[in-house]
Amino acid sequence: MSTLRFIMDNFDEVMFLSWEHIWIVGVALLIATPIGVVLGIVITKHERFASRVLNGANILMTIPSIALFGLMLPVLAIINMGLGKVPAVIALVLYSQLPIIRNTYTAIKNVPSSLVDAGRGMGMDKWQLLRELEIPLATPVIIAGLRTAAVMNIGIAAIATYIGAGGLGVYIQQGIARVYPEMILSGAILVSLLAIVVDGGMAMLEGIATPEGIKVQRKLSQ
Amino acid sequence: MTTLLIKLYRVILAIAILAVGVIAERTGLIELLSDPFEYPVIIELFIQHLYIVTFSMAFATVIGVTAGILITRQRLRKFAGLCMYIIGLGQTIPSLAVLALAMSFLGIGTKPAVFALTIYSILPIARNTLAGITAVPPELIDAGKGMGMPPIRILMEVEIPNAMTVILTGFRVALVINIGTAALAYVIGAGGLGDLIFTGISLMQTDKLLAGAIPVTLLALFADFLSELLGLLLVSKGLRLSV
Repeated sequence: MSTLRFIMDNFDEVMFLSWEHIWIVGVALLIATPIGVVLGIVITKHERFASRVLNGANILMTIPSIALFGLMLPVLAIINMGLGKVPAVIALVLYSQLPIIRNTYTAIKNVPSSLVDAGRGMGMDKWQLLRELEIPLATPVIIAGLRTAAVMNIGIAAIATYIGAGGLGVYIQQGIARVYPEMILSGAILVSLLAIVVDGGMAMLEGIATPEGIKVQRKLSQ
Repeated sequence: MTTLLIKLYRVILAIAILAVGVIAERTGLIELLSDPFEYPVIIELFIQHLYIVTFSMAFATVIGVTAGILITRQRLRKFAGLCMYIIGLGQTIPSLAVLALAMSFLGIGTKPAVFALTIYSILPIARNTLAGITAVPPELIDAGKGMGMPPIRILMEVEIPNAMTVILTGFRVALVINIGTAALAYVIGAGGLGDLIFTGISLMQTDKLLAGAIPVTLLALFADFLSELLGLLLVSKGLRLSV
């Protein structure tokens, strides 16, 4: 109850910090999506690089977030960007690569070869195949990858408050420093709530992005 | 063309290693590591980190696997979907928040950190145990039944070996997350390598920062590699062949 009162009392600040949090995650996703999707498509066409790129993304994912902030700090400090939102966004972009690349890759790999053959038979060239067949069919799975990345990034963005990126993590950080349980709880609850809302929203988007034809097919097969 | 690329790759690799060496020297990392008063501290923090990770992972593995097995038993299986949902919800809570919440009712120190990390690591392990055992083909279980196996033997000799790959993936994910989160445990007074990272950030002291960040990264990568090796040891040969 006291947590709710804390949120109500500081409503303006809560809104501002939430907006900051969403901004960091949103910008990171906007940058990460084209990079990840393009890389994912490229490695389906050049199979040799597939395992290398996926392994590289996997290694990036393994690096602990606070250590990644630490490792980037001296490098970015050269251009005076060691602290703040820039390193946070870069780290989130790097972390998003694995789910996005992996999902794009598997989705395009899983497009039935009969459909690709049908497209070829109709005289589509490589680009048409990609644009009109493979990408539309792969979109729901790619969005599922974005969903994983978004939920994960919301959690990591909370840690980015320690390098001065702001966001809802500020409440957790300040709450720990002041031993103020209501503040910690409101930070934790708001971040989790944000993650759950984004998760639900992306799930809806996944449904919308599924081509009409596939939905009909699924209904028929049930 | 290919040989040229390989040569280029080697040259770039050599330059990268050289650059890392120069950076290590310029930031004072090497000086810090060879300082007779500093390096025992770093080693102590490293051991502290390992201690937190080992204990929390040991508890989490035992609890997570047991919980996963219990939920897949015939009588409790109808709750499996609900449990998956709750675990998914739990995983949206950021790791920092779990640590902070543990601090708000257990105080500061190593104990709340181990507690928080245990809770947080149970989720992926339990989830994968649940998913792995549910995915065991029912024919195999029927075959076991047909051979007259009691439920406990079906569990030990059919279900767990077949689910092992998935369980190990869960373990690996939990271990890597755990090592990263243990670095955050410094903020609730549990020490560990996060001590060096956070101090380095606050003081803008690059050598200290790197002395914390590099070992944590290497530890996470090494743990990832080690759990892959564990897979070779624990997953039965027949299953590995079929993959």
